[in-house]
Amino acid sequence: MDVLRFIARRFCRLLLTVFIISTLVFFVVRVIPGDPAMIIAGMDASPEDIMAIRARLGTDRSLVIQYFDWLWDIVHLDFGTTLISEEPVLTLILERFPLTLLLAVLGIAIGIVVAVPLGVISAVKRWSAWDYFGLVFSQLGMAIPSFWLGILLLLILAVRFPIFPLFGADSAAHLVLPAISLGFARAAVILRLTRASMVEELSKEYIITARAKGLTERMVKYKHALKNALLPIITITGIEFGYMLGGAIIIEQVFSLPGLGRLFLYGIYQRDFPLIQGGVIFVAIVFSLVNFLADILYSIVNPKIRVE
Amino acid sequence: MDQLIECKDIVKIYRGRGLAGAARGFKAVDGINLSVAKKTSFGLVGESGCGKTTFARTLLYLDPPSSGSVRYDGVELGTLSHRELRKFRKRMQIVFQDPNSALNPKMSIFDSLSEGLINRRIDKDERGRRIKDLLDLVGISYAYKNRYPHEFSGGQKQRIVIARALSMEPDFLLLDEPVSNLDVSIQAQIINLLSDLKKEFSLTYLFISHDLNLVSYMCDTVGVMFKGKIVEQAPTDLLVSNPTHPYTRRLLASIPGAAFGERGLSKGLEEESVLVIEARKAQRQGSGGCPYYPFCPIGDGECTSRAPGLRSLGDDTISSRHVVSCFKTEAGT
Amino acid sequence: MEAKSSVKAPLLAVENLGVCFTHGAMQAHALRGIDLEFFKEEIHGLVGESGSGKTVTSTCIMGLLQSPPGEITSGKIVYDGVDMVPLPEPEKRLYRGRKIAMVFQEPGKYLNPAFKIGDQITEMLILHLGLDKKAARERAVHLLDLVGLGKDGRVLDSYPHELSGGMKQRAMIAIAISCDPGFLIADEPTTALDVTLQLQILRLIKKLKDILGMAVLFISHDLGVVKEVADRVSVIYAGRIVETSTKGKLFENPLHPYTKLLMLSIPSAQRRGVRLATIPGRVPDADKTPEGCAFHPRCPLAIERCSRENPSLGDFEEGHRVACHRAGESWIN
Repeated sequence: MDVLRFIARRFCRLLLTVFIISTLVFFVVRVIPGDPAMIIAGMDASPEDIMAIRARLGTDRSLVIQYFDWLWDIVHLDFGTTLISEEPVLTLILERFPLTLLLAVLGIAIGIVVAVPLGVISAVKRWSAWDYFGLVFSQLGMAIPSFWLGILLLLILAVRFPIFPLFGADSAAHLVLPAISLGFARAAVILRLTRASMVEELSKEYIITARAKGLTERMVKYKHALKNALLPIITITGIEFGYMLGGAIIIEQVFSLPGLGRLFLYGIYQRDFPLIQGGVIFVAIVFSLVNFLADILYSIVNPKIRVE
Repeated sequence: MDQLIECKDIVKIYRGRGLAGAARGFKAVDGINLSVAKKTSFGLVGESGCGKTTFARTLLYLDPPSSGSVRYDGVELGTLSHRELRKFRKRMQIVFQDPNSALNPKMSIFDSLSEGLINRRIDKDERGRRIKDLLDLVGISYAYKNRYPHEFSGGQKQRIVIARALSMEPDFLLLDEPVSNLDVSIQAQIINLLSDLKKEFSLTYLFISHDLNLVSYMCDTVGVMFKGKIVEQAPTDLLVSNPTHPYTRRLLASIPGAAFGERGLSKGLEEESVLVIEARKAQRQGSGGCPYYPFCPIGDGECTSRAPGLRSLGDDTISSRHVVSCFKTEAGT
Repeated sequence: MEAKSSVKAPLLAVENLGVCFTHGAMQAHALRGIDLEFFKEEIHGLVGESGSGKTVTSTCIMGLLQSPPGEITSGKIVYDGVDMVPLPEPEKRLYRGRKIAMVFQEPGKYLNPAFKIGDQITEMLILHLGLDKKAARERAVHLLDLVGLGKDGRVLDSYPHELSGGMKQRAMIAIAISCDPGFLIADEPTTALDVTLQLQILRLIKKLKDILGMAVLFISHDLGVVKEVADRVSVIYAGRIVETSTKGKLFENPLHPYTKLLMLSIPSAQRRGVRLATIPGRVPDADKTPEGCAFHPRCPLAIERCSRENPSLGDFEEGHRVACHRAGESWIN
């Protein structure tokens, strides 16, 4: 019962977030100078043409009516059609989304697989060679921009030693380098957090209890401490996943991958407002959903949070 | 006797979280009447969560009560403006359990002690003299005046906190578990110091503690608190020789080692087995009436219908000061 | 009791145990030759103030002294004829939890928040006794019943935060006794609890000692608690045992001035108006232990010899040992 109530509460929070973001997006787009009708019509259109386009877009109505119209459409997952090609925005997004999602998942997976064990080892064997390696690794990860790493990887592993393909998204091999360049920076953050979290847990009193029970050091560390240390990592992974979606936009550009990023970038170049709006809200929904899932996962691992 | 503090029907309600919070409010203090005569010390005992610290905070208007009134030296604190209240508060100082959080770690003790004096617009030379006197008084060498809190032990820090409280020349000290964090041999030093200071400066104390031994040593009158209410109050000797409320009896019986062979203290106060207590608690929870009923070995149907109020145990001047909120008092006397 | 102990060999004996902590150039002699004996079915109370070496002693017995910075510089810890000090870690682990178990001060912190109580108990049964999951769970239900947490094993599926403070400590005790250890260390097990709960836990430990026939080391700073629970008492000061005897003898006739002062420094209703005895100064830091008898700078009986010569722990009378040149003498207070 507790679990259901907790999930319901978190879900309400998710809806609220999406609502606030869609409202913000609506008004921000209206405030930005530039009338979409004028952009569509071109420089030397007559006022009548512009009025006609406005009527077609619905931008001639009052802001309040537009706003509620907008909300109504969002509720029905209707993000409108693009200005240029007049295709439904949602269809375009859903076409591109799987690739970006896959890229982000791979990226975060690489981050977790590399960073969590390394962070745990760094914490357990503090000030050892492993720890210094982890330190250097995380410093580099935070300092190196992912697009630069992407270009570097391309030059070395696709051009100089052609192990991986250069462009395109035809096979799994195409995604390896982008995922690595994307995951590297995330791995750095997760590593730092894992180490800090593990160090903190290892200094807690229940560790003494575990030792006093005669458990092996391995059980003390990798069972008792680790389960507690993983809690903050779950949360941060959810947040990091959101960043991945943002990061993917640039990486897709570097590797010429036809994902969401390139679609949005295109939308921005073309001042395609419905596309931008739809994109922002779509990303917001995905971001909230991921955090929602992370919260639920967290509550399963940490029974305490459900009570509060 | 002249009363320094008189409070009537103090209630403090904490709102719960969320929209329904007000309805689910928690009564931390539930109608306390209490007065402390000048130059005496009043002890308030109770276990964690009984509301004793909350009560203390409301008493000083650090956190004003939800309802009820506090008169300090004849002045109604609730009617004062912020500025007037601040002026009044100099006369009432607090010493908390943890001296570490009471002292600013980034200030030398000289600066910590100066603050209050500067506030009182005392000039520099005089300040130095006063701080020397204060430190002498609490047994800290003036040579240490430029040291920082971390350079002192727990007992010394508590002395410094007491010196700071005295720097405001208060007539009332609220002592909230002032020795609980200290070692046994240090506790005695601080207790003696507090006794000496009380005599020297004619102070009035409100002493809050979970330790009935300590409170009954220090105080003239003792009030026993349970779930936001005073359930029994009496001059110390009466309370100790004739504990009447079942909760007081239980507290007394719980003193380990019963103050060294002076087991007479809790003579005849049988200790019940845990299972009996737990089973009763489960059975009687939420039955209304007396809040102690779920824990009470002598309660019966009468106790579920309404909550008992405080009433005196006798008519003469002494026993009339022994009040208890229990229907079954005959069973105890 | 004495007759038995002089015939019977102790289950666990600490002999001349010395421990030194090294921090850079600073050397702190935390224990300076401790002798303690523990017999089956007997609770041995170890009383001392913070920094006196109580916790270091129990850490050494558990074989959990972190080295560096700590190092056992001398002595033996003999359990059932085997000196555990030189044993390699895997062999020490066979004692820990299995033969020597421990209960800590704050159950809320010493229980793992992420595991159910049941898992925290069965984990040990599976590891040490080789039980399968089902048998371990059955035994866990029995253990919970033994510590007064009910016969139905409901608590097994609770997380620590779902239990009250007293229940947590009971669960902690269930974990400690799960493998039927011969020796139990209780390190201030009631200090963090309310007074009414304290007595329950003390009674429980006594009961379990009888049922399981354990030898118990009961560490406390509180003489009252020790008096309530212990059969034998040792007083530790600055890393040395200064007095040891049966409870009766020690409380009736304390021989060491430190023991005496500790007893006189405890407030109670009976001592109202009587000034508490205090011990001037404080416990010395382990790296600055005074020459000669470590207590002499604070001792009302100190003579010149005390600053030169460290008294050894010798028999003052049958079964009552004390380390003082002027044992049993009194002073005018």
